[in-house]
Amino acid sequence: MFSGEREETLRTGRYLIPILGIAGLLAAFALASGDARAEELAKFMVKDGNSIPQSLTGRPGTPENGRKVAIDRKKGNCLACHAMPVPEQPFHGAVGPDLAGVGSRYDAGELRLRIVNPKYANPDTIMPAFYKANGLHRVLKGFEGKSLLSAEEVEDVVAYLVTLKE
Amino acid sequence: MHVKILIGTAAATAVLAGFSSAALTGGEWGKYQVGDLRSGYTYAAPETRAIQDDDFENPAMLALDYGAELWSMKDGDANKSCADCHNDAEDSMKGVGARYPAFYEPWDKPINVELRINECRENNMKAKPWKYESREMLGMTSYVKYQSRDMPVNVDIGGPSTPFFQKGKAFYYERRGQLDLACKHCHEDNSGNMIRANLLSQGQSNGFPTYRLKWQGVGSLHRRFRGCNSQVRSTPFGYGSDEYVNLELYLAWRGRGLPVESPSVRN
Repeated sequence: MFSGEREETLRTGRYLIPILGIAGLLAAFALASGDARAEELAKFMVKDGNSIPQSLTGRPGTPENGRKVAIDRKKGNCLACHAMPVPEQPFHGAVGPDLAGVGSRYDAGELRLRIVNPKYANPDTIMPAFYKANGLHRVLKGFEGKSLLSAEEVEDVVAYLVTLKE
Repeated sequence: MHVKILIGTAAATAVLAGFSSAALTGGEWGKYQVGDLRSGYTYAAPETRAIQDDDFENPAMLALDYGAELWSMKDGDANKSCADCHNDAEDSMKGVGARYPAFYEPWDKPINVELRINECRENNMKAKPWKYESREMLGMTSYVKYQSRDMPVNVDIGGPSTPFFQKGKAFYYERRGQLDLACKHCHEDNSGNMIRANLLSQGQSNGFPTYRLKWQGVGSLHRRFRGCNSQVRSTPFGYGSDEYVNLELYLAWRGRGLPVESPSVRN
């Protein structure tokens, strides 16, 4: 029922040691040192694979800033894939669902999970995890060990999306 | 009188053509579509397609002309040109663009046209290999592949090529980069959808090298791979790397039957 990124990584390490011997030890060491960076991310609990009920910062976010983060091409860049009630911006993507009314379809915890890491709800989704820094493959130099958004920014976007009622 | 008839016929043909193209909309792209497979041509803007349609407008034809020039230029310590061994490219290179990447026994792996050109330069001409995105390499690759224009892509993935094909396929479905995307997420699951202002294509390879408006120049398929990989914030592989050649083989197989369009024009 509950899991966080950290526990998952450690569990993988435990299996590797008996199976692969020395290679496993090395891999576990690599995972553990990778984990040190993950600790910069706030820990969170996933409920029923569908919700992260608690705020990553312990505080509610700011909807006004969330709107800005959502639009910013270097941050949320939500418009790349989603149509949104943001009329001043041209060229809304059509890869994901329209976000108009999304605050009526999902509660804050469900929205938070879909921003933090939507693969909890749909492993095959095209949507990136915005709050995940490890376990990614061949990340370009300069982006290694970094999440797309900070905990504050995730909370701001959640606060904004909740306002998008039908 | 004759002129009037001709004009009348032309007008009637135009009207018929108009009807048939209207009737064919909704998925029919002539030679650029084979079943569900659609060339990047069909995802390009109408103005871009118009440039490709006219060889005199297509800027990639300048690269091709340079390639044609190089074909008969002697080079290297052996003082040989391509033409000295391969004679007329229109005959000897016909079909090459459709069947490459192909397994190359001396290297025990499939190689693409670029690598084959350099192998010939080094071994037979005793000449320096060309850099991957050099004017020479793009020109020669365009010229060689152009000799297969409109031939259906038909690579051999059997026998010794199979494991390399499988690696290329695995690459296509493997998530990568900070955005954690595999090729398939955009080009298989979402072709035809807008990603911001860009229309996602099926990522077919039959038009490369291509003149890309965004590049304002001709570029190779591996350049496009590197751009795609960087966009998902993943470390790209090298030009001509095994990883990209395997992917090139897999993509050619995915697009088998589409016509060779090299050198094409894309957005």
